[in-house]
Amino acid sequence: MSSLALAVRDASTMLRRNLLHARRYPSLTLNLLLTPVVLLLLFVYIFGDVMSAGIGGGGADRSAYIAYLVPGIALMTIGGTVVGTAVSVSNDMTEGIMARFRTMAIHRGSVLIGHVVGSVLQSVMSVVIVGAVAVAIGFRSTDATALEWLAAFGLLALVALALTWIAVGMGMVSPNAEAAGNNALPLIVLPLISSAFVPVDAMPGWFQPIAEYQPFTPAIETLRGLLLGSEIGHNGWLAIVWCLALSALGYLWSKAVFNRDPK
Amino acid sequence: MPSSVMPTSRIDGRQSPAAVSTAGLRKSYGDKTVLNGIDLHIPAGSVFALLGPNGAGKTTTVHILSTLIAADSGRAQVAGHDVATSPDGVRAAIGVTGQFSAVDGLITGEENMLLMADLHHLSKREARRTTAELLERFDLVEAANKPASSYSGGMKRRLDIAMTLVGDPRIIFLDEPTTGLDPRSRHNMWQIIRELVSDGVTVLLTTQYLQEADELADRIAVLHEGRIAAEGTADELKRLIPGGHVRLRFCDPSTYRCAADAIREVTRDDEALSLQIPSDGSQRELRSILDRLDRAGIEADELTVHTPDLDDVFFALTGSNQPNQPNQPNQPKEAVR
Repeated sequence: MSSLALAVRDASTMLRRNLLHARRYPSLTLNLLLTPVVLLLLFVYIFGDVMSAGIGGGGADRSAYIAYLVPGIALMTIGGTVVGTAVSVSNDMTEGIMARFRTMAIHRGSVLIGHVVGSVLQSVMSVVIVGAVAVAIGFRSTDATALEWLAAFGLLALVALALTWIAVGMGMVSPNAEAAGNNALPLIVLPLISSAFVPVDAMPGWFQPIAEYQPFTPAIETLRGLLLGSEIGHNGWLAIVWCLALSALGYLWSKAVFNRDPK
Repeated sequence: MPSSVMPTSRIDGRQSPAAVSTAGLRKSYGDKTVLNGIDLHIPAGSVFALLGPNGAGKTTTVHILSTLIAADSGRAQVAGHDVATSPDGVRAAIGVTGQFSAVDGLITGEENMLLMADLHHLSKREARRTTAELLERFDLVEAANKPASSYSGGMKRRLDIAMTLVGDPRIIFLDEPTTGLDPRSRHNMWQIIRELVSDGVTVLLTTQYLQEADELADRIAVLHEGRIAAEGTADELKRLIPGGHVRLRFCDPSTYRCAADAIREVTRDDEALSLQIPSDGSQRELRSILDRLDRAGIEADELTVHTPDLDDVFFALTGSNQPNQPNQPNQPKEAVR
């Protein structure tokens, strides 16, 4: 078998294993979905009137704020899903099963590839579920073309890939599952200090650069542009560069840790 | 040295001198030397035990041989492949059951087996057949559809070994296969290991239990502080130390003194009123002792025959900082008793 065919075969075996875990223990995935859904409902129905007054120069109604909120919530959903990935990678690394995989004549990276592909698939599925909730409470895109929808999904998948590789690295260096969950927490917290809930220019001046140049804001602004027709500007390529850079960083980091001799 | 070459025709279809051989294997972590020059030669089809206390370097040796970690220096060949330059060749020939359970607790026993079959690239039919066969053989049919995390220690260990056997490895590493098992599970495991051997596979097992090495292994290496303190068959190792004796115990001090006078070459223990007479425990030597006692009209209250067991060897070899040279039975050494 050629090494590529071997890689594909072993990685898909590992992917099946990860999806089996997810299917066998849906509560873990659902728990991670709970945070973005609760935040969505909280910000729309509890804080909605105040929040909507703050965007679009005031006077926006609730449906306008839902539209504003959804791109950020979608990215937060991905952040939450990959926390689960960090935990399951950490579980694998600390269990004896990893030693078994390492002593078998299988494609070396297949365990990690299985985690990454599984995590991206789960992220996209989670976004679809959270998106369905958003649509149910009144989210509508304003005249997005099929191509724009496609681009939006592409961007979400790219963000998922980037965050997944970072989460895999975090899972690998964590001594146990709890630590992995904690280490990956920034992936949920970062969206809170982005333009997900309020516009960057409504934040204090000293904080604006932090909010503006962190990875989530350009991705959120790009999604808004694609789905709601707002200005994308430099956010488009900024989002893509962030995603590619984070993916490369996470990949190299994970690979380096994986190739170290286990203790 | 073709005379000592064991044919290993089933490995790679060609002859190789040994299933496992190492020369000068060294490994240290920081300034702690874990392996300090390990030389092993394990003929194909045999059971070899690495015996030693915790921290002696058993697991490190297995980790190096199973390509999990790299040695600092020295060479190791497994199934004719160098572990450093051809790790995948080694991995294709071996099965490893580590000290800690290597099963996926989140999925069922059967799914664990099918996972292994997939990773060995078996066809669907072969995978089902192998899985069913091994689950049956390891008495896991009833538990096959329960998550492996719900298994008892013994069941997990059985599943672990069953997973190792998927893909028919010709060389199997078992790192402390019975540690933490209850006596019944331990005996089951011994039975399993004996069956493996009867199939012609080579087994390298590590153990802290002398009895286990004695029961299972063709050859035993006593590992102590990163070196092989002694190597040989169980009998050869037992001959390494002068531990055999007959022990006579008395209740009455005057009888004790008479006996001590009657049989000269004895070690006296005046407090316990017991005499220790060096002996190999043979019928002839026993008779001569009894004859001498009879002639003196003495009756001992208790007579026991001690032949050296592996425990004696173990303590004798690992009790001192200067281990015996391997296979040199002529070095008299005080047994710690």
